[in-house]
Amino acid sequence: MNETKEKIMHGVFLLAAVTSIISLILIVVFIFTGGLPMMLDYGVFDFIFGTTWNQTTFGILPMIVGSILVTIGAIVLGVPIGVSTAIFMAEFCPPKLYSFLKPAVNLMAGIPSIVYGFFALRIIVPWIRNSFGGPGNSMLAAILLLGVMILPTIIALSESAIRSVPRSYYSGSIALGATQERSIFNVLVPAAKSGIFSSVVLGVGRAIGETMAVVMVAGNQPIMPRGLTQGVRTLTTNIVLEMAYASGQHREALIATGVVLFVFIMIINTTFLIVKSRGGES
Amino acid sequence: MSSKLLKGLVYASTLFTFGILGYLIFYILFNGVAYLTPSLFEWEYSTDNVSLMPALITTLYVVLGTLLIATPIGVFTGFYLVDYANRNNPVVKAISIATDTLAGIPSIIYGLFGFLFFVVYLEWQFSLAAGIFTVTIMSLPVIIRATEEALIASGMSIRQASYALGAGKLRTLFNVVLPVAMPGILSGVILATGKIIGETAALIFTLGTATQLPQSLFASGRTLSLHMYILSNEGLHVNEAYATAVVLLVFVILINGLSTLISKRLSRGGK
Amino acid sequence: MSTQPKIKVENLKLWYGDFEALHGVDLDIYEKEVTAFIGPSGCGKSTFIKTLNRMNDLVENVKIEGTVELDGKDIYKKKTDLNLLRKKVGMVFQQPNPFPKSIYDNVAYGPRTHGIKKKSELDEIVEKSLRQAAIWDEVKDHLDRNALSISGGQQQRICIARALAVEPEVLLMDEPTSALDPISTAKIEELVAQLKNDYTIVMVTHNMQQASRVSDRTAFFLNGHIIETDTTRKIFTNPSEKETENYISGRFG
Repeated sequence: MNETKEKIMHGVFLLAAVTSIISLILIVVFIFTGGLPMMLDYGVFDFIFGTTWNQTTFGILPMIVGSILVTIGAIVLGVPIGVSTAIFMAEFCPPKLYSFLKPAVNLMAGIPSIVYGFFALRIIVPWIRNSFGGPGNSMLAAILLLGVMILPTIIALSESAIRSVPRSYYSGSIALGATQERSIFNVLVPAAKSGIFSSVVLGVGRAIGETMAVVMVAGNQPIMPRGLTQGVRTLTTNIVLEMAYASGQHREALIATGVVLFVFIMIINTTFLIVKSRGGES
Repeated sequence: MSSKLLKGLVYASTLFTFGILGYLIFYILFNGVAYLTPSLFEWEYSTDNVSLMPALITTLYVVLGTLLIATPIGVFTGFYLVDYANRNNPVVKAISIATDTLAGIPSIIYGLFGFLFFVVYLEWQFSLAAGIFTVTIMSLPVIIRATEEALIASGMSIRQASYALGAGKLRTLFNVVLPVAMPGILSGVILATGKIIGETAALIFTLGTATQLPQSLFASGRTLSLHMYILSNEGLHVNEAYATAVVLLVFVILINGLSTLISKRLSRGGK
Repeated sequence: MSTQPKIKVENLKLWYGDFEALHGVDLDIYEKEVTAFIGPSGCGKSTFIKTLNRMNDLVENVKIEGTVELDGKDIYKKKTDLNLLRKKVGMVFQQPNPFPKSIYDNVAYGPRTHGIKKKSELDEIVEKSLRQAAIWDEVKDHLDRNALSISGGQQQRICIARALAVEPEVLLMDEPTSALDPISTAKIEELVAQLKNDYTIVMVTHNMQQASRVSDRTAFFLNGHIIETDTTRKIFTNPSEKETENYISGRFG
């Protein structure tokens, strides 16, 4: 009686555990079978390297370039600020302040993208329009927005990477007569570099995958990016902008955009997992 | 010399990070609180009065529905990974990789998948069911990871004590291990709740954006986040969008406070 | 003293993966006696005691050969009911490991596991077990207190009471005093002397004085072998083997 109960529940737990695998397989199958035939039919080269996107012509190079540029911009902005904040949290922050800042970082990670997007639309977009001219809705707006949105990811992972460096490194450096600052910047931070790097990779994933906040501020013109103050469209926003009314080959082209995005994400995730497991070994 | 400069950069960055956060919260509250009028909480949505009440209740539906499915699946997966399977089992490795991968997939891909599978292939249309199932898959990795960590942290010694008394696996798990692991699991569930409330990209093409309260599992609706997106997109009801942002922020702050409270209890050793 | 051993171990071998930790151990354990295992750390004594209630089954990649008979029945037979075996062969661990529950619930956990639900019956068992473990007087007024809130020595006696509450026939104790102060240690040793009137006790100890004080019979382990088993008096006064003598007299590792 008891033994059958144990056996049944073992089965139930196993069944629950394979849900993740089944879900992932379903996702891959439906995204790829939805998008690949169109890519093959239209021509993979023309699809990926085509520079024109309209109701009948589907070249997504502008969106690929847009996603890459926006992500690079967000990283250039967000990583120095995020890592510096992490250094403060791990090394310079008084405990009292820390018990206040740590939940604040978590809160920052929990604020919905839509709220970030709305904030950027109201504050950043008008500021760009007034300071630099142009429409305001622009690549710069998307970069500033994403640079802020990836901060909590960068901060949380970098902080724990810095904290996991053995304390003896620090005291060893202090014992040699180095100042506190010097020991932190020249010994602790370099020792945490693989953890910090993995936080950057995860930040890249966040930035390239973000959709709803970006769509509110980026301008969304499906053309090759022409400058920081001009509009840009990314892979994610391409899907969300047109999915509602697309049909036929147009809809398949949007799913195929998802395929390209998926491949990007898989590359980033694999990099992250490799960096993480290497960091764990050393 | 240069480390002085770096230290300056560290302080400036910290100031920037938390300055932005503070400004965002202050800005939303400052502009939104005034528009939190009673009419915004009326039961019926109309084009004259874009009440957020139906969206608020739909949000609760989606959160409850998702947690109802995702919590047992996620927690049971944690049970299996930690207490049932051999660590070197290829199934465990596969589940681990699948969980990590799911955690990294952006919401828009989930939305696209939910649309292709639940809405189109299973012919559920834009519906509560399609939205809930899509977000369920998204929440799984959060709950699985939290459960795994909590189960591992609960330690081998209380398990041994229970087995040595002749208790079976199930009794040991449910009566000894689970009470100890509960706060950790709970904080995972709370984290998932926050994620669901803030979700838009995965819901816009699965749950849809209908303005009324869904009357069945197979009817469309909109959550608060979606409601806010559409209001700000249309540009006709900016004040109401501010007010909705306030409600969302309050939820997120409450949820984060709760999880901070639980993790504080956790680190105190939880009596 | 009966002549039929309570537990009879024959040619027991155990591997952790490729590492052979026990190389064919033979041992008889007699009813209502205290049998002590001594030997340097890493000699296999703790591994061996865990084969007697099959706790090694919980460790991954363990392989076991040979037989362990309890009352003439091999406990490594396939259809052995593990839960019943562990009810008969209780265990107390090196570190006190009470559940984070009340003292009452700790002691009642075992009986409840084996189907006792009636409050009055449970009350009776809890009191009896706590008395047997010589801690009733110290805790009777706050049975609802969390078992983690009392001292380490008290916790270990709660763990002993918890083990006794399922009415085992054999009690395995794996270095039960190694984490405790001298006063608590003395209390537990006293308790062991009491308990052997009703139970068969097997005890691993790193402390030779303890073995000589409390046990009737001693087995000396070295590198996964039993070098010598005899009455405790014989082992400590006139051992047959050179290695035993070296270890006893402290000329060893």
